[in-house]
Formats: sequence, structure tokens, C-alpha cells
Amino acid sequence: MSKGVHFGTEFFCIEMSTFILFNRKGATILSLRPRRDVKAHVLSKGFMKTEGEVRIPSGCAISAVISRLGKKTTGQSITESMKPMHDRSNGLGGGFAGYGIYPEYKDFYALHFFFDSRDTRKSCEIFLKERFEIVQSEIIPTRKIPAITDEPIIWRYFVTPLKSVLLSMQLDEKEFVARSIMKINTEMDGAYVFSSGKNMGTFKAVGYPEDVGVFYKLDEYEGYSWTAHGRYPTNTPGWWGGAHPFTLLDYSIVHNGEISSYDANRRFIEMFGYKCNLQTDTEVITYIFDYLVRVKGLTLEEAASVVAAPFWSTIEAKTDKKEAERLTFLRTAFSSLLVTGPFSIILGFTGGLMALNDRLKLRSMVIGEKDDMVFIASEESAIRTMEPDAENIYAPAGGEALIIKVKEGAIQ
Amino acid sequence: MIEKDISLSGYKDVNDILRKISGKVKLKGCCGQRFIAAGMSDLSLEIYGIPGNALGAYLNGADINVHGNAQDAVGDTMNEGRIIVHGNIGDAAGYAMRGGKIFVKGNAGYRAGIHMKEYKEKRPVMVIGGSCGSFLGEYQAGGIIIVLGLDKENRDIVSNFPCTGMHGGKIFLRSDCSRVKFPDNVTVSRADDADLDEIREYIKEFCKEFLIPEEEILNSTFTKIVPDTKNPYQQMYVAN
Repeated sequence: MSKGVHFGTEFFCIEMSTFILFNRKGATILSLRPRRDVKAHVLSKGFMKTEGEVRIPSGCAISAVISRLGKKTTGQSITESMKPMHDRSNGLGGGFAGYGIYPEYKDFYALHFFFDSRDTRKSCEIFLKERFEIVQSEIIPTRKIPAITDEPIIWRYFVTPLKSVLLSMQLDEKEFVARSIMKINTEMDGAYVFSSGKNMGTFKAVGYPEDVGVFYKLDEYEGYSWTAHGRYPTNTPGWWGGAHPFTLLDYSIVHNGEISSYDANRRFIEMFGYKCNLQTDTEVITYIFDYLVRVKGLTLEEAASVVAAPFWSTIEAKTDKKEAERLTFLRTAFSSLLVTGPFSIILGFTGGLMALNDRLKLRSMVIGEKDDMVFIASEESAIRTMEPDAENIYAPAGGEALIIKVKEGAIQ
Repeated sequence: MIEKDISLSGYKDVNDILRKISGKVKLKGCCGQRFIAAGMSDLSLEIYGIPGNALGAYLNGADINVHGNAQDAVGDTMNEGRIIVHGNIGDAAGYAMRGGKIFVKGNAGYRAGIHMKEYKEKRPVMVIGGSCGSFLGEYQAGGIIIVLGLDKENRDIVSNFPCTGMHGGKIFLRSDCSRVKFPDNVTVSRADDADLDEIREYIKEFCKEFLIPEEEILNSTFTKIVPDTKNPYQQMYVAN
């Protein structure tokens, strides 16, 4: 047990050596024979194994909206968009990311936390104060609704790194924040940072996404872009921290799929200080984009050509030789970051969104537009829910990155 | 005609309603409900809005008209009947289809006609008016796929890797296909008069449904693709 956060499912012991995990509707979602030490822990503390400790060998729903003019909308519409895709999820995870939602604290990192207890929060605060100036510390407001239960302590801090610590560690600010988060998520039992960007925030829980949006009062936030996810976990049991979006700094990922290159990608990315704590494939995608774009300085288009590199036969057939050379270089230089298996993802970042399918396009993704708004979703029905008159509906090809940016200067 | 607004109904409710009625039915306010008309026979359905995935799965004789776009896996394993889509269609259209017809006015996504099959008098037909994404007719085992390329945006009639794993059935593309790369497991030829006779009735039916003049289409060059039985499909996903 490295993380003692209760994730809201029931466990049931039928023999002394076997555990069966049910969801709230009584369906078996996991049956396992735990290690002796884990079993003892489960029995003594009443806790089930949490995400990162179990792997069950994903269908999901994703949705997003952005205003090219930086106009802000509440999180209500994106929440509604998940309703027609209800059956793509199974109630074991839903989440949202909103950009531009904290204008009053836009210069501070907004750290969203799950804590298992008040004591954990207190000791984590001591750690934070050694590294950051905390300008605001508050509980994240939620609505009590029957559909969402067993919530951990959900807290947020608006922080800025202490200059003296930055100087002594000789790190740039973002790297320092990223390393601090890795440290908390890896070493601090019962504490988990699930959002860490500036002027953006992630909100996630165990439940259906349309309920999670209501739970977090997203109708009271205004953002220029939103992403959403409904989860159908297949590799892990489904815990609050394992819901999407996965974020690091201002990068957030929502993902529908099941990547088969997870371990190859993980082994490579962990050489650069990232720690994949949760065994879910989406986490590693988030770190890959952070590494390629923030650390290595690739453009988003280049990063997309690494992650969803075309087949060699497709590269060879290119008539544009410069393009073929570029693709060959990227595929060769970062061969361990090719992501295989089905995925459709939406990457959120400050000022924009990127939608990307795996090169074989084994998952669906549709784009629609209306005036300055661009909509992305697993199904057209979700787009029609946000904008019944959406135009130019089309599906990008596998590996074709669609990048939408807010007009320069539009974000205050 | 019976008219139903299903904007607030779940997919199960919609099919429960449809099972109790027959004849002409108009569904309004459709938004993502899956499996509409699954397995149904005596029904003539007009759908307004966006039907969800697996529209007309296992369809057994019903007639479905979609006045707009359709999502993924339309006509999954359908057996008999017709699905007519007046817009575009998502991925995996006609997935494992074994009978009946699908007509799409616009474009199809990836994997149209994946694993279509045929047996004796059961021979499924799919006609796509626009263009198709990659993997058209992937693992096709039977039936006929016709793509007309009436795409306004002048895209290639079919994208990458068409006919991967094809081992039965026929594909007709209204193009000389000079820019299309086909795999080694198929034989590609220009369709002759006998071939065109085989598909004429389907093209006429398509043109009648969408009010498109048929002469120009019928007088075009078509490319015929059939499996090469001497060089069967070996692999796609392993040596990448």
C-alpha cells in the first residue's frame, strides 16, 4: 500500500485468499489473489488496493470545445456533451480540464490535490511551504449529490516557487514545479496532485462525467477551452486519481483507447525523471508530450509525428522529400516514444488544443465548427449537444494532428 | 406515418417503442442513441438528428433513412434491408455485413465494409457516393463495395491501405486509381462491360435515392479489385 486513498468501490472476500471487487451496481470488476502483505493491509485497514498497484488487462468518451477568440464559456455545455455518450463510460471515472478559469490567480500554479486525511494535508503543506509561497489555500467547492460518493479531501493551493530554492537548485521554474509534483505523487502516501498548471484546472472523480461536472460546480467556472472524459477503465480498478484528464503543468490529456506500447514508452520516459505511478497508459502520454514539447522544444506538430509516426511505407511514398526526411528523423530520434495501439487523444495546453488519433485510427474522433468555436468529440452527437448547428463536421485521418490555437493576444 | 420525438429517450426506450410498431415511423430529435432498429424487420424508418453507433445492427429487413450524418458501425452484421444515409458515415460502416444494402450519399470514414461476407443468395452491397478513408474493405470476405468519388473536395477516392487482408467479394472504384497503392493480395483491373452490368442496378438504385443523374456515373471508368487467390493475404500489423 503506497497510497491509502479509498476509491469508492466495495470489496468482498469469498475465500481467505481471493478478493472480488464490485462496482456499485454489483458487477464484478476485479478478482484477484493479493500478496500476503497486501491482504493483511486490506483486512486491517479496510482499504482496497488502489490505482498503480493492480493492473487489469479501454473504451471511453472524450469531448472538447475551444473559442478561437478566447471567449469564455462555463463548464455546463461540456458537461452536457457527455450525456449522449453515457454508455461509453461505466461510471468508474469522469473528468474535465478548463483553461482560463483562474484569471485572478493567473500568475500562480494552481495545485489541485486529493488527500486521504487531514493529517496528510497538514504534512504535505509543510513540504509545500519549504518550496513554494502559498498565496491561497482552500477546499475545492463541490455539490453533494448521490451519484458521487466517498470523495477524498479535495483541496487547491495557488503557489509560486520560492526564488531562493529555485536559485539553489539551479532549475527553471517549470522543471522545479514538475519535479516537486513527481516527488509528492511518488513519495507522499495519501497525497496526489492531479492538476498543476497556471490559469487552468482539472476536476475529476469516480462517477459518470455528467455527474462529475455537477459535483465540481463547473457551471460556476468560465474558460476559453474545456476538455472532458468519461472513463471505462480496463487496466486499473478506477480511482479518483486515475480518472482523466492527466496533467502535468498546463498539459492535460484525455484519452480514449488502450496503448500497447505502454511499457516501452514508460521505460524510456522514466529515464528523464518522470514517474508513472498509476499504471494507466494515459499518464505516460501526458509525460511524453511534456518531454517532447517543454523539455526538448519540439513543436506540437513534430511531437504528433513522433507519437503517431506514419508507417515506413507511408513515409517512403511521400512525394515531398523534405517531409519524408523530417518524418524519418523524428521516428528515428524518438523511436521509443512511438505510441501503438488504439487511441484518440485531446491535448489541452495554454492557448489551445490538439486532437490526435493513432495512425491506424482505431478510435473515433469527430470535429465540428461554428463561428469562432471548434468542437472535438468521440461522437458527433456530443458536438450537436453543444452546438446543434455545428458546421464542417469531419474526422481527421489517423496520425493527422489537428491543432487549434486561440488568437494571439486574446487571452488576458 | 407515426412520429416520435426521442430527444429525451435512451436507446433501450427507443427500440422498445419501435418493436411495438410497424409500418412508417419518423424519429425526430435523435442524438446518439445506439443500436436503433437492431434486428428489426417490418419497419420503414425516417431518422432526423444523429443516430448513435451501430445503427441497424443485425437489421433483418427494415428500411432506414437517415437525414443527416451517421456515426460508427452502421449496419453492423446486418442481414437484410436497406440503410440510406443522406450525409456522411463514420468508421467501420457495414462491419461484418452479410446481406442487405447500405447507400451513403457522402463520404465514409475508415474501414468501410470491414469483413463483409456472403453466402449463396445473401450478398451485401454498399455504395459510397463520396470518398473513403483508409482500410476500405479490410478483411473483406464477400459482397460488393462500390465507391463513386462524387466528392466535392476532390480528395483521393480512397486513402491508404485499401483491401488489406481482402479474401473475397469485389470492390469497384469509379477512378483509374493511378495514385492508389493496392496490396499484393489483390488483383486490380479496369472493369469491363460484364463487370459494369453486375453493378448497374445498384448504381441506379443509389442515383434514384439521392436524385443524382446516373448517365455520367455509368459512363465512367471503374477499377475492379478482387482477391488474388494465388497470393493470399499474409500480414499487415506485424512488419510495420
